[in-house]
Formats: sequence, C-alpha cells, structure tokens
Amino acid sequence: MKDHIKKKLKLKVSAIKDGTVIDHINALSLFKVIKILGLDKIKNQITFGTNLDSAKLGRKAIIKVSDKFFKDDEIDKIALIAPHAKLNIIEDYEVVEKRIVEIPDVIHGIAKCFNPKCITNNEEISTCFQVISKEPVRLKCHYCEKITGQDQIKIK
Amino acid sequence: MKKKDLISITDYTKDEYLRIMELSREFEQNPNQDLLKGKVIASLFFEPSTRTRLSFETAISRLGGRIVGFSDVGSSSVSKGETLHDTIRMVSNYADLIVMRHPLEGSARYAAEISSVPVINAGDGANQHPTQTLLDMYSILKTQGTLDNINIFMVGDLKYGRTVHSLLMALSQFEKPVFNFIAPYELQMPEEYKIYLQEKGIRYFEHPEFNEIISEADIIYMTRVQKERFSDPIEYEKVRNVYILRNQMLKDTKPNLRILHPLPRVNEIHNDVDANDKAYYFEQARNGVFAREAIITHTMNLK
Repeated sequence: MKDHIKKKLKLKVSAIKDGTVIDHINALSLFKVIKILGLDKIKNQITFGTNLDSAKLGRKAIIKVSDKFFKDDEIDKIALIAPHAKLNIIEDYEVVEKRIVEIPDVIHGIAKCFNPKCITNNEEISTCFQVISKEPVRLKCHYCEKITGQDQIKIK
Repeated sequence: MKKKDLISITDYTKDEYLRIMELSREFEQNPNQDLLKGKVIASLFFEPSTRTRLSFETAISRLGGRIVGFSDVGSSSVSKGETLHDTIRMVSNYADLIVMRHPLEGSARYAAEISSVPVINAGDGANQHPTQTLLDMYSILKTQGTLDNINIFMVGDLKYGRTVHSLLMALSQFEKPVFNFIAPYELQMPEEYKIYLQEKGIRYFEHPEFNEIISEADIIYMTRVQKERFSDPIEYEKVRNVYILRNQMLKDTKPNLRILHPLPRVNEIHNDVDANDKAYYFEQARNGVFAREAIITHTMNLK
C-alpha cells in the first residue's frame, strides 16, 4: 500500500478518491456552509467532521465531497462565514490543487441587511450587496444603501 | 432603450443635473405645456406626504397628464396585505410612469426592478429623496447664478437628514464647494460622508456653535432637529433651542446669502426671518414644481 494512502487511513474523516475537501471551516459555521453550497440537496457522497482540533480556529470543521468540483463564484459564497476555508482538489487520492476563498465584489443572497427598515427585511426579496471593503468586511445594500459592518453580518 | 428611473441622487451624472437645471428654468418660464397629454401617471403614496404629493401632482397637471393612485395605504389594497411587488406589477400595467413614496428604505429601487415603466422615488424612508435635492440645486443655481464655488452651511440634524446627505453628494460634482456642518454632537454628519469629501479633496469644517461664522455663507441649509431621533429626552431638550436661526443673526451676512429649508419647519427658523429678503424657503418649495416637471419629462424622454 502506498504511504500516502496509509496516512489517509488514520484520518478522522475518511479520505476521498476524487472530489473536494473544504478544510479550516469554523466549527460553528459548518451547517451554514453546507446550506449555502447546497450540499444538503445533492446526491454525491459527503463526509464531514466537526469540533476537530485546530491551532488556528480552536474547533474546526471539514467537509469532503466526492466527485464534486466547485466553480470559483460558487465557493466564494462561503467567504463571508468561513474566511479561512481552504480547498483541496483531490484526484486519485492526491491533492492536485489548493485554493483559498475570496470575498467577491458583489454578494447575492446569503447575508441579511442589518437595517430593520430595509425592504429586504420586510418583503420576500433576495438581498444584494456591493462589497466596499473586504478587511474588515463592509457590505453596502443595493436597496437601502446602508452599510452592514463585519460584526453585524447575519446569514439568511 | 433602458428606462430612466430616478431612485437615488447618484443615478444621475453631472450632465443630467445640468440638463434638469436647464429644463427647470424652461418650465419656470412656461409651466403649462401639454407634454403628458394622453399619459397616465401613478402617484403611489404608501405614507402621507402632502407637500411632496401636491408638488408632483401640480407638476403632472401643468403638463396635462392624468393621475391615478392613493395618498395613504388605508385607501389601497396594501391594507389587505398585498405585497409591494404585486402592487407595482399591477400598476405598471396601467400607468406610463410611477411616482412612489414609501416608508421602507430601498423600496423604490426594488419597485424600479419590478416595474416595466419608469419609477421616480418621492422618498423611501430615511434613504433617498432625489427630487428634493434637484429642486434644492435649482434653488441654489437660481439665487447664486452658479453651482460652482458654493460655501454652504448645513445646520441641524446632519446624521439622519437624507436631504443634506444627497445635497452633499450632488454639490460635490461641481467646482470647489465648501461645506460647513453645524450640528449637536448626537446628530453630526456621518463619518462615511466626511471620508467621501476627504477622498475628493473637498474642504469641510465642523462647528459646534451657530454664530457669526455664518458671515461666510452663500447658502444656509436649515433642517429640523427631530425629537424622535434622540434616545435620551434630556439630550433633546438641551439642543432643541440651540440651533435656531433669528433675523438678527443675518446682520453681517453676505448680500447673496439665501436660506433654504426642505420644510416643514418647526421652530428652527424664527418667524422674524420670513420678512428678510434672504429667506428663500417658500420660493424653494415653488421651484419644486418646475424641477419635478423637468424630472418627469426627462424620465419619460419627452424633452
């Protein structure tokens, strides 16, 4: 048996042959990430682990999705809630590519506007924000034009 | 052709501001023109605003258009629970233009996305009221002969006052404006606007007191300090009588100075100012009809 496969067998979350591993998700954000990426609606094999030890995040979560490769704009959707997430693209048990997430310039849906008087909080409307700053995150609502700051961000 | 909505003051370019100024002047000289003959304009006021509604409806009437709509939600299907989405979908099938006032912020932008006909925002909560800004600009142009090099003092509620924010954005497109802000601590100009001015290299000054510094002013833009903005009623009592403009304060001011106010006023401009030639707020309201005739015809590509 090849060495790297032996190593994988010791993992707490079993290895996948082909697909994507999303690592370094804050444990508290795991289920939001699953929802945003629509993983609860696809038929692929998915394994995940949470409350794993992480030097950086304290408790982290990891998701492994077999036979699934995300497009950039798809994966950038999780940047707001899992800014430290790292992706490993796996082919035949080998990491063939590593990617980090980046907050896009425009965010559709996902986040809520912090302004209670905004139309998006009063009628069934998908939100839309222009990202005016990425560090710290500042989102300008396309509708009410108010700015939602990093610590005000809530996920829909 | 893309429809021309007017939702936010920043939807217009500087050229469009100037075009609206030119048209406003034209309508002032000749207010009755049958450009809207055969057209139906929906005037949807989801909250009452007598002043703005009458100004729009006067503008539409002077242009020969017909008006359908409502002046408060009690007399519309909204009271039956209809969504804004459905109201706009329906009305945009009937009318050639929608003029809309709504208490929720962002409602006008949303309506414009749903509507197949152009939408003019007549105020969406504390967010935007662009037609007010254009009539303010027309008033400044008329009284000063230019929109360049204007020294403007904004007084009162600069934190929540949407009219001062929009006017700041619009005047920033012109040559070398100077902004002076006079407001109680709780109601100061928000940081984001000050940053905007800094980035554009535009000068601004903040003053805690309302006194002889106004001798520099070309325009004093007064706003109402609203009681409901204060979390602490004692704080409101402290500042409510501080920013009152009285006639004697105008003694050493520039001859071209004019005083503007979006109205309604409460006590922030003393009645003794009304007789002063520098008081301009009632003419300003009159200019609103011409500015709205200009905006409507521009929006509908009739001019």
